Amino acid sequence: MTQPVSLGLTLQKFSIHDGPGIRTTVFFKGCPLRCSWCHNPESQSYRAELLYDAEKCTQCLRCLPHCPQQAITASAATDRNLCRACGECSDHCLHGARQIAGRAISPAELLPQLLADQVFYEQSGGGVTFSGGEPLSHIDVLETLAQESKRHRLHVCVDTCGHAPAESFRRSLRYTDLFLFDLKHMDPAKHRLYTGQDNRLILANLRLLSDFGANIFLRLPLIEGINADSENIAATLAFAKTLRLRQVNLLPYHATGRSKYARLGRADETGEQLKPPTPDRLEEIRHQFAAAGFDTHIGG
Amino acid sequence: MNERISKLRQESLDATPRLCIERARLVTEAYEKFAGTVETPILRALVFKHILANKTLWIGNGELIVGEKGSRPQSAPSFPELCCHSLEDLDVMNRREKIFFRVDEAARQLQAETIIPYWQNRSLRQAILRHMSPEWHSCYESGIFTEFMEQRGPGHTVLDGKIYAKGFLDFKADIAAAIAALDYLSDPRAYERKIQLEAMDIACDAILLYGRRYAAYARELAADETCPQRRAELLQIAVNCDVVPAQRPQTFQQALQMYWFVHLGVTSEINPWDALSPGRLDQHLAPFYQRDIDSGRLNREQAKELLECFWIKFNNQPAPPKVGITLKESSTYTDFANINSGGITADGFDGVNEVSYLILETMDELTLLQPSSNVQISRKTPQAFLRKACEISRKGWGQPAFYNTEAIVQELLNAGKSLADARQGGASGCVETGAFGKEAYILTGYLNLPKILELTLYDGFDNISGRQLGPHTGKATDFGSFDELFQAFRLQLRHFVDIKVRGNQIIEQLYAKQMPVPFLSVVVDDCIAKGQDYNAGGARYNTSYIQGVGIGTLTDSLVAIKFNVFDQQRFSMDALLQALGSDFAGNEVIYHLVREKTPKYGNDDDYADELMKLAFSAYHAEVTGRPNGRGDTYRIDMLPTTCHVYFGSVMGASPNGRKAGKPVSEGISPEKGADRKGPTAVIKSAAKMDHLQTGGTLLNQKFTPAVVAGEKGLDSMAALIRSYFSLDGHHIQFNVIDRATLLAAQQQPEDYKDLIVRVAGYSDHFHNLSKELQDEIIERTEQSFQ
Repeated sequence: MTQPVSLGLTLQKFSIHDGPGIRTTVFFKGCPLRCSWCHNPESQSYRAELLYDAEKCTQCLRCLPHCPQQAITASAATDRNLCRACGECSDHCLHGARQIAGRAISPAELLPQLLADQVFYEQSGGGVTFSGGEPLSHIDVLETLAQESKRHRLHVCVDTCGHAPAESFRRSLRYTDLFLFDLKHMDPAKHRLYTGQDNRLILANLRLLSDFGANIFLRLPLIEGINADSENIAATLAFAKTLRLRQVNLLPYHATGRSKYARLGRADETGEQLKPPTPDRLEEIRHQFAAAGFDTHIGG
Repeated sequence: MNERISKLRQESLDATPRLCIERARLVTEAYEKFAGTVETPILRALVFKHILANKTLWIGNGELIVGEKGSRPQSAPSFPELCCHSLEDLDVMNRREKIFFRVDEAARQLQAETIIPYWQNRSLRQAILRHMSPEWHSCYESGIFTEFMEQRGPGHTVLDGKIYAKGFLDFKADIAAAIAALDYLSDPRAYERKIQLEAMDIACDAILLYGRRYAAYARELAADETCPQRRAELLQIAVNCDVVPAQRPQTFQQALQMYWFVHLGVTSEINPWDALSPGRLDQHLAPFYQRDIDSGRLNREQAKELLECFWIKFNNQPAPPKVGITLKESSTYTDFANINSGGITADGFDGVNEVSYLILETMDELTLLQPSSNVQISRKTPQAFLRKACEISRKGWGQPAFYNTEAIVQELLNAGKSLADARQGGASGCVETGAFGKEAYILTGYLNLPKILELTLYDGFDNISGRQLGPHTGKATDFGSFDELFQAFRLQLRHFVDIKVRGNQIIEQLYAKQMPVPFLSVVVDDCIAKGQDYNAGGARYNTSYIQGVGIGTLTDSLVAIKFNVFDQQRFSMDALLQALGSDFAGNEVIYHLVREKTPKYGNDDDYADELMKLAFSAYHAEVTGRPNGRGDTYRIDMLPTTCHVYFGSVMGASPNGRKAGKPVSEGISPEKGADRKGPTAVIKSAAKMDHLQTGGTLLNQKFTPAVVAGEKGLDSMAALIRSYFSLDGHHIQFNVIDRATLLAAQQQPEDYKDLIVRVAGYSDHFHNLSKELQDEIIERTEQSFQ
């Protein structure tokens, strides 16, 4: 059997904030959005990347002779224009300073790992979650994995940013028990400003899922000064009221993961300025959604 | 917690542990008077009676349950007939920083002038060490195994419900009937039985006398008491002591007092390991609770207050002072009384009742080291009970621990117990399985499994002690395959288990002949019916255990060799041995490969887990079924107390990257830092061991507080437990503390005096742990979010 191959980031067992119960989450690599608050920057690119931790590197240079691209310099730096993220340096690094984010995965390889924790899913009402990156960017692999999961009667969640062709959502409806749907901003221009894309496709897809009767948890990342203002919250709430939602999750911004920008050789341009809403403001927002009849939670 | 409890609790925590010399003095007096004039069982009973007739009574102000093992709280008696402490022992005990016992000048003088002169050549420890072979001594000194009975008596005993249905006058009647039924014509051992039974009868008289003394003392105090409420309480105590232990208890308070008298009796007669445990306390107390609630004698709060008074009594009793290797293997004040609640009833229904919840509330409010408390979780256990237990457990200090009722029942059935006895069994000490009230299941010592692999790599030679301890099974560099290596390991294992068991057989006989326990025999079936002592096989079941330590380190070391030397041929055996010899100094590549690039137990990875199963099976097959000296057989369990630290200290570096001298893995937990795929993978790996073939396994999990926060965290914790138990896991316990807190507690112990952590099957104050054990707990893998 030939199977589609895609790029996976990690597989997280005992994942308890990506849907109900104890879950195993598959993180796909690559996302169409570039949210400034993203705490998984290594999930953005559709290509494998080197994560280099300068603090762990002792500059022993054991890696140097193993690099087929000669991308490593005498100061143990890496020329990212030459690096193909082949992982040879990582294999020879004694200090865990060099890791590769992203490796080819096939459903045949992944499936046993998804089934391994079945007993925990059964005891907790959990299952598997496909996340990313954007899992719907990998619709062929996703479809195979999700269908196999359903064949084994696992509960399937898809955690999506919403920016994918409508056709992908229609396909995913057949085997997805629950969508964790992220909504970043209601204003198209601001959405483009903060994520690199406007939100029309996202809103349309959300409407499509709702009209179809899918189970949806609407997830709102909340960042002070970006989308937690009363205007955006009012607009979000107004839109939410037109949808059928099972749950609303408010996800206050957290700074974990910012160090990964440096490890990817990227500047962290906005990290310093980002803040979650105050606890009072968060509670206020929660109250607004709850008062409108939504089952609203702070956290996933 | 009300004012009374708060005061009693604080007094228990503030009291300084002291050596109480009174028992040693009384024992010596009694031996001087009776030794040689009567048979040994009678002698032991008379000694017991002399102690209870003369020991100091203690009724603390505000106490509702009375009696102390020493002359006051936190005062620990010694047992010179087993282990006669030298003056140097007393000085070390007094001086040592951890687990000290203050020894006053009068005690020291008495020890010097009376105790030592009488006991120095008579203590059982002398006899034991004299009878052990040179090879036993070599192994013992080199840390291959420990010996539980060299200064403490056989124990691990748990009671069933008989003391709530009968008083000691009833037991005396049973004994009299058994004596009357002796058949001298056809039973050649009838005389022997008569002596045993007469000893039991004297032991009953002793506890009756003790009860009467307490009744009189309470009345004496009441006469002088000016506070009317306290006077009434003292008079109630007197009435309680009029009833128990002579007759069966009538009320909730009397039921608790009954157990407590028996507890003091058992732990004054000898110093059995794990003191004594009440077993299914919630089921035993439930009828008394219901009757008192219905009659209006008690309300729920008053019942809880009594239970809390009872709890504090346990905490007042430090484990008997230990010295030498015995202190190393069990370096704690905890004496391991362990209370079971939940589980199922004798007829197989859910055993949770209102007292089960009272017990949970009590342990939660008091946060005391002793007694250890656990919950048995069966398929029938209500989720509400499990969640309540998880709510307490996630507070971080390790109680309650969780045991799997179905696994325990199957383990006991598998060991030949009846279904009813199995259902009413449970776990005691740390995790050890037994049939409550009907079994003498004796832990005989820890076995250092990774050390045996170390010896295998050096042809049986121990580099640390410089002795040839094992047989010559070949040079490691000559092994052509992993199978050859493993075959050599099996031969070494057999050799050391042989030595251990040979020693055990002698020690069992010494206890049977010289150290019978007539009082304990009264309360364990079928000692009266058989006219046979608990230490001589009188119990209905008589398992002997050897506890395997370090299966995680052993497994990962086997994997490191098989994967790197044989399968992948990344480096040679010779190169590995050189790396081990240098503690990996200058061998960073091998160190990196074995630590980072080799499969490890604890990740649900079959490559590693299959070798765990292989090693476990070898150990199981080597021990299980060997006959012991009490008419039953040997079995294994997998727990370490603090022995994994000691065992690691006598070892060089291990092939899995464990550095020389560092602790080996504890229980069946993975090697520290080896499990990297979270708790579900650990549970899957651990469940590949055949728990049902053991008498108990111990799995520790450490979580950061965030993981188990909120309702979701609670549900996840409950689901992890249910999952592990559905896979036949025996026991799981949790530490929920972040690393930063532990590091801070290590730096500023004064600020963290109340910090309690789970060690291995028990909890302890962090500041009371050795630096090595503190480090070991800090380094345990912390399950957190990525």
